[in-house]
Amino acid sequence: MKKIAKSDLSKLFAAIAEGSELYLPVKVAGQTNFAPYTADAEVDVDTLKTVKSAKDIFFPQSENLYTCKTDEEKNISITPEALQNENFVVYGMRGCDAKGMEVLDKVFLSEPVDSFYAARRAHGTVVAAACGEPEETCFCKVFGVDCAEPVADVVTWTVGDTVYWNAYTEKGEALTAKLADLLSDADEKAVEDEKAKIRAIVEKLPYSDLSLDKFGAGKTMELFDSPIWEELYKPCLACGTCTFVCPTCQCYDIKDYNTGKGVQRFRCWDSCMYSDFTMMAHGNNRTSQMQRFRQRFMHKLVYFPDNNDGMYSCVGCGRCLERCPASLNIVKVVKAFQEGAGK
Amino acid sequence: MQELVNRAKALLADGTVARVLGWKAGEFAYDPEPAFFETEEDLKDFVYDGFCGANLSKYMIEASKLEGKTLVFLKPCDSYSFNQLTKEHRVDREKAYIIGVGCKGKVDVKHIKEAGIKGIESIVGADYPNPAETLEIKTLYGDKTISYKDAMLERCHVCKGKDHVVFDEQIGESADTVDAERFAEVEKIEAMSPEEKFAFFRAELSKCIRCNACRNVCPACSCRKCVFDSTKFDSAQKANTTSFEEKMFHIIRAFHVAGRCTDCGECSRVCPQGIPLHLFNRKFIKDINTFYGDYQAGEDIEAQAPLTDFTFEDREPGQFAERG
Amino acid sequence: MCDCNCHEKYYEDTLIPKVGVITAITQETPDVKTFCVNAPEGGKLFEHMPGQCAMLCAPGISEAMFSITSSPTNKEYQEFSIKKCGQLTDYLHSLKVGDQITVRGPYGNNFPVDTELKGKNLLFIAGGIGLAPLRSVINYVIDNRSDYGTVDILYGSRSADDLVKLKEIEEVWKNVEGVNVHLTIDREQEGWDGHVGFVPAYLKELNFSTDKTALLCGPPIMIKFCLEALLELGFSKEQVYTTFELRMKCGVGKCGRCNIGSKYVCKDGPVFRFDEIDELPSEY
Repeated sequence: MKKIAKSDLSKLFAAIAEGSELYLPVKVAGQTNFAPYTADAEVDVDTLKTVKSAKDIFFPQSENLYTCKTDEEKNISITPEALQNENFVVYGMRGCDAKGMEVLDKVFLSEPVDSFYAARRAHGTVVAAACGEPEETCFCKVFGVDCAEPVADVVTWTVGDTVYWNAYTEKGEALTAKLADLLSDADEKAVEDEKAKIRAIVEKLPYSDLSLDKFGAGKTMELFDSPIWEELYKPCLACGTCTFVCPTCQCYDIKDYNTGKGVQRFRCWDSCMYSDFTMMAHGNNRTSQMQRFRQRFMHKLVYFPDNNDGMYSCVGCGRCLERCPASLNIVKVVKAFQEGAGK
Repeated sequence: MQELVNRAKALLADGTVARVLGWKAGEFAYDPEPAFFETEEDLKDFVYDGFCGANLSKYMIEASKLEGKTLVFLKPCDSYSFNQLTKEHRVDREKAYIIGVGCKGKVDVKHIKEAGIKGIESIVGADYPNPAETLEIKTLYGDKTISYKDAMLERCHVCKGKDHVVFDEQIGESADTVDAERFAEVEKIEAMSPEEKFAFFRAELSKCIRCNACRNVCPACSCRKCVFDSTKFDSAQKANTTSFEEKMFHIIRAFHVAGRCTDCGECSRVCPQGIPLHLFNRKFIKDINTFYGDYQAGEDIEAQAPLTDFTFEDREPGQFAERG
Repeated sequence: MCDCNCHEKYYEDTLIPKVGVITAITQETPDVKTFCVNAPEGGKLFEHMPGQCAMLCAPGISEAMFSITSSPTNKEYQEFSIKKCGQLTDYLHSLKVGDQITVRGPYGNNFPVDTELKGKNLLFIAGGIGLAPLRSVINYVIDNRSDYGTVDILYGSRSADDLVKLKEIEEVWKNVEGVNVHLTIDREQEGWDGHVGFVPAYLKELNFSTDKTALLCGPPIMIKFCLEALLELGFSKEQVYTTFELRMKCGVGKCGRCNIGSKYVCKDGPVFRFDEIDELPSEY
């Protein structure tokens, strides 16, 4: 266990950023999101939930895949985009977002491996932060996340004016070694107390014990045609807020952008909430918002577990609870089915 | 609140309406959800309080396509949007039974959280019809308070008036909530140098994640197929690798709703990244007021809108260009 | 730079296409063309199995999934039969021999030609452009004739002019021992002395014995009625295969749009057996 005074964090960030790119929560125009560290960035490690999750460091909202050029003889040449080839550090990821990476790994690291994502994963070191003050919208416990001790390369705890630092992996040890001058030895006591304090708060959160027993692998036919969907989806505005702030939503679109000098093939986050998501030349198999709404939650709570040994593709971060313009969210869906079953 | 429920029950019972568009409780003390009710039994879940800030007018587009009338509860500001939608033939006035509900300002949990209040367990003081001066908030981290005014939506501080411009009946008293100058923020930006303006908008718009919440919630954005959803243009929705697209999206949207935007403020309320999108629209409103005389979209269903009207007194394009 | 090896897989990423050259174009029907595609240096772009698909792209225009209509036993090139019905296919139809496109794949599963179908009597039922994926299997079966029992091919189209690969059907398939071809068109037409009527009706008329495994592809409505007809004839759902088409982008079950329940058409399909389809929600 190591420690550093909170007031020295800026030195720590500068030291990390000297050796590699550093991403951390930065406030821009009043909102905190993960962004590259710069000397004049307004670093904000106290905000519990960044607006977007940390996923776009590994799976950017938009990224080039390759560039296609056609010469005078109409011959096409393809130049793939360079893969991440430099080590980088992510500081301040919360336990839910760290778990979200596990979910994304299931998708992008399963065969055939997505090399763009894999390269970023291989080169990234994650320093997670325990959540000193979880909020009422948090329900990560439901998905097996311990926000008192996230799973990451390094975990930090802020207790009073001190930030405690503990490495869990080789990558974490390597980063710790590089920062040896700034980190001093610490005993475990304060961190153990902090963990106990956090876990006690988690027990008091309203949705920490949300039951998921209506969901999970193998429940498709039971839930798909339920009339509950018809009631639930109604306020949905068909925007993509929930999908874009979600740490586990991974659906993407592949598009071309004509730069005038060639065609840039890029991929960008897509949303199953959008009407064109499944549209093709001869029709669309999801024509109503109810179907699209159902898809999102069935994917997270049934289809994903079906394909990934029961793992849900929700981590209980609660961003959808905070950001949906119509107050819809996954908790509402889960509760509706739990209660609906009793009626 | 019981008064609203009683009227809803009566109108359902006598067959005046087939359904009720109102609110039901959310997961917390502060997140009621727009909801349709079809039976008296359903109405047991009906709620109405200071957190019911969303503009229900847009839902009336879909409700207009349903069989029978829909009872909708509209705040004074929502009624402007409804009128504008009627004018644009997007909602059917005959399909709506409007109860204009008095308004003493609406609050948003966003402002409570911005004040550093977290771990909210309960909130007291946002009741309809008489909200308290101070919200008392119980949290996991101790008891907190915030004044009702400080938790109010931006639109309430610059409220355009507490009269319903369209209704079948009215319930409840309103109270003046104006404590700011409507165009003050716009004037602040107007006073900036071009470089400062650019920096301001770049910082704000760079946050955009192209979730389309602003467009989808906007009562003026009622096109059946948005140009940004067309696959036939390079503008086709979603993020691009160049940030230029996001800027273009908002600017085009602002132009498209100019003269029709009632300044309901929903765009800024729903933006997950807190972009003050209403400022674009309000700038247009300010300019329209300056050049064509005061005009409030949605106020008068018959009046010719300045941007779709021609008079010999209209400014010449050159005059706008000169002005910058 | 670091000394990792993640760049070694770089050009293999399934989202990075290869350049393909169009080496021959056959006008099959007024709105269907068959394109032969080769690698620029000659030879095939990749190996595939019958029923698999590939993503064809005209850079800057669009990209879509097409079934590979040639058989893996064709060692020279891959073929795609493409009906003109949208932005991309309009463009592809405008291409000439020598023009280039990009191709990635192959994607998806295949008809189980080397396992479940081996030694079986086969009944192919196709409508219109639905012959494209089945043709890959048919030619594979013909080229490995001794591995399979009898072969019946029931193929129908709107009119005689809309029958795809008619030349091959008449000149090759009809002359293979143990292969019976049954053609039909929807309406009477001058110069046509063959069968007239919809495929499902003809299927019942032909009264096939149930000692066959059926492979079915065509417009959704035809598939629906053909399945009903087969069940009426006494076939079980375990004996009937079909191939699906939904909106696809990545081809590898990651972009999230072509799922039916927890199955991705691009990865777990496009070939499904009807008893498997019964276990999926009806969202296709």
